[in-house]
Amino acid sequence: MSVIRAENISFVYSPGTAFEKTALDDVSFEIEEGEFVGIIGHTGSGKSTLVQLVNGLLRPTKGRIFLEDKDIWEKPKKIRNVRFRVGMVFQYPEYQLFEETVYKDISFGPRNMGLEEEEIDKRVRKAAAFTGLRDELLNVSPFDLSGGEKRRAAIAGVIAMDPDVLILDEPTAGLDPLGREVLLSQINDYHKIRKNTVMLVSHSMEDIASIADRILVMAKGRKYMLDSTANVFSNGDELEKLGLRVPQITKIMMMLRKNGMNVDPAVLTIDQGFNEILKCLSGK
Amino acid sequence: MVRDITLGQFMPGTSVIHKLQARTKIVLLITLIVFIFLCKNFISLLLITLFSLSVIMMTRISFFKYLKSLRVILFIIIITGLFNLFYGSGDVLWQWWQLTITTGGVYNALFVIVRIALLMMVSAVLTYTTSPTDLTDGLERLMKPLTIFHVKVHEIAMMMTIALRFIPVLLEETDKIMNAQKARGADMESGGIIKRVKALIPVLIPLFVSSFRRASDLAMAMECRCYNGGSGRTKLKVSRFGLADLFAAVISLSIFAGVIILNILFPAVL
Repeated sequence: MSVIRAENISFVYSPGTAFEKTALDDVSFEIEEGEFVGIIGHTGSGKSTLVQLVNGLLRPTKGRIFLEDKDIWEKPKKIRNVRFRVGMVFQYPEYQLFEETVYKDISFGPRNMGLEEEEIDKRVRKAAAFTGLRDELLNVSPFDLSGGEKRRAAIAGVIAMDPDVLILDEPTAGLDPLGREVLLSQINDYHKIRKNTVMLVSHSMEDIASIADRILVMAKGRKYMLDSTANVFSNGDELEKLGLRVPQITKIMMMLRKNGMNVDPAVLTIDQGFNEILKCLSGK
Repeated sequence: MVRDITLGQFMPGTSVIHKLQARTKIVLLITLIVFIFLCKNFISLLLITLFSLSVIMMTRISFFKYLKSLRVILFIIIITGLFNLFYGSGDVLWQWWQLTITTGGVYNALFVIVRIALLMMVSAVLTYTTSPTDLTDGLERLMKPLTIFHVKVHEIAMMMTIALRFIPVLLEETDKIMNAQKARGADMESGGIIKRVKALIPVLIPLFVSSFRRASDLAMAMECRCYNGGSGRTKLKVSRFGLADLFAAVISLSIFAGVIILNILFPAVL
């Protein structure tokens, strides 16, 4: 059963004014339970709008969104329950921290859910552990943390709600290469253990290629394609026309193939590429 | 949501009014408002109303937008109109207990309503047709003579520019933070007043933090570009008093003169 299904959704910002802007135009897709979906697209392609619609922060101008076959806007007063089940980590989430201690900030979501104190404590500690926040950091002010730690604390604040669908909007933006890698592998580990559905928005192909099952490519407010990661990247030329870079290793493989080397271009990580080239060379 | 609040209401356009200099518009607006309140009889009031309406038409911005600007003060208009209705002397039209309505009261109410409505709409002409930058630039140049009294005119204008410049940025930021907190289940749309004020804390604290961060970044960036106040600073685009401005001034002044003449010629009703 699909956990999220969008039917012909469109979204227009400030309709009826001089600043009217169509951000999404007739987009439909289905996402299966337990999937890891990457969403890529150029700046302004509608990725961020799309995920805010899925989480019920924006209401589609046209079309409907279903969470487990129930229209999320069926009862607008109950939209908060949708937001608890579809957790959303915004771009630069560290700017949302506000409590006196990291612990209190992480517990904001679970507390809004009306959970028991004991359950809240359990969830906060679990979420902090998942995102690699050391225990002693829980009692300091979030404003005293380093940039990377703030990011982790903010992500922990969403994970603590234990959502069935976790959406992350550019979670690695502004982090150093090592920080990116660690954060992504933590998200992936969490996904594997919790077996939840993850939607990861990014414009970095390297980020997505290694962990996503499927990729949704957005272009100019429309769905360009939704396919398995390998299939999407085998259309490297088309992606480049959209102004999207394929991962460097995929590009190298594509060029090798163009120059007559018999390698599979649908390679996503450096390790795979290394093996593929070895295989090809030893085969000769 | 927050996006829908019109604060910096500038609406770009190419109308005659848009092309006038900010200075001209500010001075003429102030005089126009003075004359709106100087009208003493219906004929002069009619003249000034027609003039204001034709200026509004000339901006080529939908009249509906101007009516919208009235919505904010609708309550004030109604209240002052009602109070004025019961004050004043003249023939008694209607009486009940302590309340009497006289012809004088009706005239009072009518004048007050028209005056407040016009005041709001002509002010909207200025803010709708002048970009915030032009507006503060115009103010700075108008206030220039005050430098003799050691008023820091440039600094005041710079602060206004920065404040106006950051309104949309802060609105967007508020929107983002509100969304982030709503995504964590913050409930800002229900509950009593105390609950609602408390619900704002998760929005206000991050907003304050980021405002200070922005202020410090901006100060740093300005210093890096050697900003040291207004002395010796020149402008890239200097707008000059042109033919259109002269034209606007002459027309307005003749209307104002007309108001004075009509005030003298016809009996005052107030």
